[in-house]
Amino acid sequence: MTLEWIGDALLLLVVLPVVVYLLRGVLNAANSIVPSAQQIAAAATAGSKDLDATALLLTTQDQVKTTIEVAADYGGSLDVILDDAR
Amino acid sequence: MPAAGVVMIIAVLLIVLAVVYYLVSTIVALQRITNALDEAITGVVGIIEKSAPVDDVVTSINTNLDAGVDLLEGLLVKKAGMQDAVGLVDGLYPGAAAEGFRNFPESKTTKAPRISEVYTKGTLTLARLGREAPIAAASPNGPALRNPAYGSTAARALYPEVRQMRPASLARSPIIGTDSPVQYEPSESPGVRKRMPVPAGVAGTPGSEPTPTETEAAEGGVVKSGLAFLRRLKNDDR
Repeated sequence: MTLEWIGDALLLLVVLPVVVYLLRGVLNAANSIVPSAQQIAAAATAGSKDLDATALLLTTQDQVKTTIEVAADYGGSLDVILDDAR
Repeated sequence: MPAAGVVMIIAVLLIVLAVVYYLVSTIVALQRITNALDEAITGVVGIIEKSAPVDDVVTSINTNLDAGVDLLEGLLVKKAGMQDAVGLVDGLYPGAAAEGFRNFPESKTTKAPRISEVYTKGTLTLARLGREAPIAAASPNGPALRNPAYGSTAARALYPEVRQMRPASLARSPIIGTDSPVQYEPSESPGVRKRMPVPAGVAGTPGSEPTPTETEAAEGGVVKSGLAFLRRLKNDDR
């Protein structure tokens, strides 16, 4: 009988606090990850949205090519009509 | 049932309740983490997809721009000369001369003339572009005129004096007609005269070759001012 009471005391005074302590630590760790994960998600979404303009790079590419071609034509003409520096 | 057994059952129940409560809470937190990570993965996948062609496109743009830089640098140096090219760039973008031209390492050691203090923006370009332009009439074949100590005078001297410095001394408007005192010969092409007109009966007749003195007098201030300026510049250099 005495051993049973000792076992009860161990359960209530040792096992239960230890279980609560450990599980609470796991819960706190999980809860602390949630805001970080949400911030990562928000940053990734914003980053993806920022890259929406990358499609315009194709237009920029074409315009740069056209501009350089025009400049090359203009430079070629200038090369013909202007004297070189000594 | 003995009292000790009841207490044990209660203790076990408490432990199970605690385990259930915390495990359920942990599961809920992990589900929120999973949802947030799903959102993040969606965003990251979007970033990857959208940035995939960027490398090729930017490389292409850079290649074209490199070609443009090579072209413009080469043309500028070829036409203006290294010193004036560096001075022009430094005049437009102060301090840029220190970096020099990408394809001309010697440009880093070239001392940039203070072009912006002598010429107004674009004046050098006009002078270089237009050997026949009014601004280059004073020194059509000479070097760019530059005098840092008397910048405004040097810049003004680039213009023909008769038009820019003393407008009050301009000749009166010509009298035209067959009996006008000054006879003009028809030019062979617009804007070009065989010689400057002279008053009838004063110095030679139309068709006769003018003397060098007459030519200089007829061309007036352009030549005189140009020569005077060059002499002054030469004296300043000493």
